[in-house]
Amino acid sequence: MKLSEKAEEILEALWIACEEEGKPHLDTETITVAPDDPAYKELASLAFIEVRDGRVYLRPEGKDEGMRTVRRHRLAERLMMDVLNIRGDSAEAKACEFEHLLHEEVDAKVCTMLNHPTTCPHGKPIPPGDCCDTAKKSGDLGVVPLTELKAGEEGDIAYILTEDDTKMRKLMAMGVLPGNRINLMQTFPSYIFRIGYSEFAIDTALAREIHVRK
Amino acid sequence: MGIFKRKRSGHDSAAAPAAGGKRVALVGNPNVGKSVLFNALTGAYVAVSNYPGTSVEVSRGSTTIEGEPYEIIDTPGMYSILPITEEERVAREILLNERPDVVLHVLDARNLERMLAMTIQLVEAGLPVILVVNIMDEAERMGLAIDIPLLHEKLGIPVIGAATAKKRGLLEIRQAIASYDASRHATFGYSRRMEGDITALAELLHGDYTLSKKSLALLLLQRDEEIARLVAEKEGERASFIAERVKEKTFERRESFHLDLSMERKGIVKGLLEGVIAFPDKRRITFGERLSSWAVHPITGVPLLFVALYYGLYQFVGVFGAGTLVDFLEGTLFEKYFNPWITGVVKGIVPWEVIQELFVGEYGVITLGLRYAVGIILPIVATFFLFFSLLEDSGYFPRLALLVDRLFKKIGLTGRAVIPMVLGFGCDTMATMVTRTLETVRERIIATVLLALAIPCSAQLGVIMALLSKTPGALAVWSVCLLVIFLVIGLLAARIMPGETPMFYMELPPMRLPQFSNVMTKTYTRMQWYFMEILPLFILASVLLWLGKITHFFEKLVAWMEPVMASLGLPKEAAVAFIFGFFRRDYGAAGLYDLQDKGLMAPRQLVVAAVTLTLFVPCVAQFLMMKKERGLANATIIAVFVSFVAFGSGYLLNQLLLVTGIV
Repeated sequence: MKLSEKAEEILEALWIACEEEGKPHLDTETITVAPDDPAYKELASLAFIEVRDGRVYLRPEGKDEGMRTVRRHRLAERLMMDVLNIRGDSAEAKACEFEHLLHEEVDAKVCTMLNHPTTCPHGKPIPPGDCCDTAKKSGDLGVVPLTELKAGEEGDIAYILTEDDTKMRKLMAMGVLPGNRINLMQTFPSYIFRIGYSEFAIDTALAREIHVRK
Repeated sequence: MGIFKRKRSGHDSAAAPAAGGKRVALVGNPNVGKSVLFNALTGAYVAVSNYPGTSVEVSRGSTTIEGEPYEIIDTPGMYSILPITEEERVAREILLNERPDVVLHVLDARNLERMLAMTIQLVEAGLPVILVVNIMDEAERMGLAIDIPLLHEKLGIPVIGAATAKKRGLLEIRQAIASYDASRHATFGYSRRMEGDITALAELLHGDYTLSKKSLALLLLQRDEEIARLVAEKEGERASFIAERVKEKTFERRESFHLDLSMERKGIVKGLLEGVIAFPDKRRITFGERLSSWAVHPITGVPLLFVALYYGLYQFVGVFGAGTLVDFLEGTLFEKYFNPWITGVVKGIVPWEVIQELFVGEYGVITLGLRYAVGIILPIVATFFLFFSLLEDSGYFPRLALLVDRLFKKIGLTGRAVIPMVLGFGCDTMATMVTRTLETVRERIIATVLLALAIPCSAQLGVIMALLSKTPGALAVWSVCLLVIFLVIGLLAARIMPGETPMFYMELPPMRLPQFSNVMTKTYTRMQWYFMEILPLFILASVLLWLGKITHFFEKLVAWMEPVMASLGLPKEAAVAFIFGFFRRDYGAAGLYDLQDKGLMAPRQLVVAAVTLTLFVPCVAQFLMMKKERGLANATIIAVFVSFVAFGSGYLLNQLLLVTGIV
């Protein structure tokens, strides 16, 4: 079963209203999809929603699918911002188009690539998927920026994410190379780490560009 | 942090030691003991000069090994043959242009794995390399075992284990230089893809180069612009074709060429070190490391900083240097014995009163200039430089830098700027010169402004502390004023000056007990520099003041400044201190000292004068240094700005004190 894009939009808005904001229903006027759109029928026939007197109700059967649409949307937002570096309104519009492509395990792949993010760029929670639960159980934190490590923790450098060539070379000259073991000694007021027998201090901006696997 | 490592005899002397003989260049990372080795090899005959067209200093010395003369060049620290900073660029220029007969690559045994990557680059470039694995003593103490003969076998070049600070390995290094045979060295193979790319480019190069074609090809692939220019020059009409090929290749590998290359080199190093290095089972935590962890932790680091400042600056420089020593030198030696004696001598020899005045009068070259320079300034500056050198050699400054980085970012600087700032408390002129170690022009300008404005130098600080400590509350008002102005101007500068906030990164060399002889040499060198800088100015100032006095110009100048002084609520005699202050800040402060002695100033006037004078125009020497480092336009703007802020603040402070009556 694959819902139409319009049906997904309705379900998404409805799930946010009912599950997150605690409203009992949504008025059809407040939904971007016109009230006479066949998408409503499509959802009603699946018993996901109920339309009565211009009000749309989310049925228990629709909750799961609703949650997944919201998850896809927010993952798409993260992808736009974190990886593709698109921000603002255009990010929002692109995310809206993009989310409809995240079916059939593509969402799980994107989610893993983004290292199972828990919030969207607006700070709203991303409902966890199966992949997040699996990752949590295996205790695999995946690849995180150095800023996410606590003082005293160690990790293997996975990659350096920077657009600045000079920064990259500077870090490499310090021995910050993929595969090297890095020992974070202190995080405030500056980041101090040790590689081999050398110690270095860097600021937060640089620390954010070093990505480490715990 | 070896800012002054290469500062030995005078400055900007272009005189290189007698050329001829073979050339030996010392290269390596910063903090590996290159300069110690340089000093050990060359002894006393050293010339320091700016590398042509740069502000980077290079030391050259000479020595004789087995009867043959050698010229030794100490290059600035470099991390890689592909330069990022100006220092690294100069180091490579030396390798490229001066074609040394032997290149001594000095590295730190404890960081063999990281630093060997550059040895590979040097060997690959076809340079005649001798590897000096330095600081072996500390590596051994940490439990590291390094098989030097095996490493020699694997690299094919001479490898010497040394501890130059302990004079270990010096003889072997000399022997290795004397018997160097350039024909042997290992070759390192990269992956097939990398080698393919290298060969494809290397084959196109036909010119005569210092570096090997392989090395050049790799630098071209890393988009090294200088090498690209060099190749364009040497290859003539083939140049554009080569540039085209380089473009293609770099585009093909745009994803991660730098990284791939580093990773392959890391692999090579790993192979080289197999069986060569044995790590201890457990890291041994030395006392230095424990001290280091206290120094960098905000909860223990800040109190530690205050302890260091209290004992180092306040007790040692302030109380001992500016108090005890000045009392003895100026009060007893000069005032009681030397001045009356020399006055008698001069008056006995020279009959003309005007000439007597020049030497031993109120503004006499000897009774004023020499007395100020030797009696007041010298002891304060000497104690400060001793304290600074001790801190520097203990490895404390990088730790202080990381501690204040967040704070300094707010005023448009990074933690790195803490070194010139602290040095500024010793001598602002010297500190202005050291701002060149900051990475961006923006940082350098902000640091120069703050140094010119709100950082009092040690001599001035000592005199002002002595002056104000007699009045309760005066010292507090003065400190708060300076701190507020420092922060406000810094915050404003960070907002107004265009440019991005620079990044902060710094290697933390291990903390260690400073070596007595090194500290002494550094202190002495700085003192020498300082004295050469100030003594002529003091004497010149005395002569000008004398001229002013006999022509009555001086009185006119004081009269002209009277309204300015009046607006600050100061007596007209204070103008003298400000005129002095233009020659040297400390001279001016010393002038205030005299006024106070004569009982000419009320406490409020004293505070206002002290604040204004501290903020006031950098002295002539500092202005000249600003001009040299920042250019005439910038220096003039800064000087005008600083004077404006100084008198403006003085005026406001006077009004504030009149209203509130704090002091």
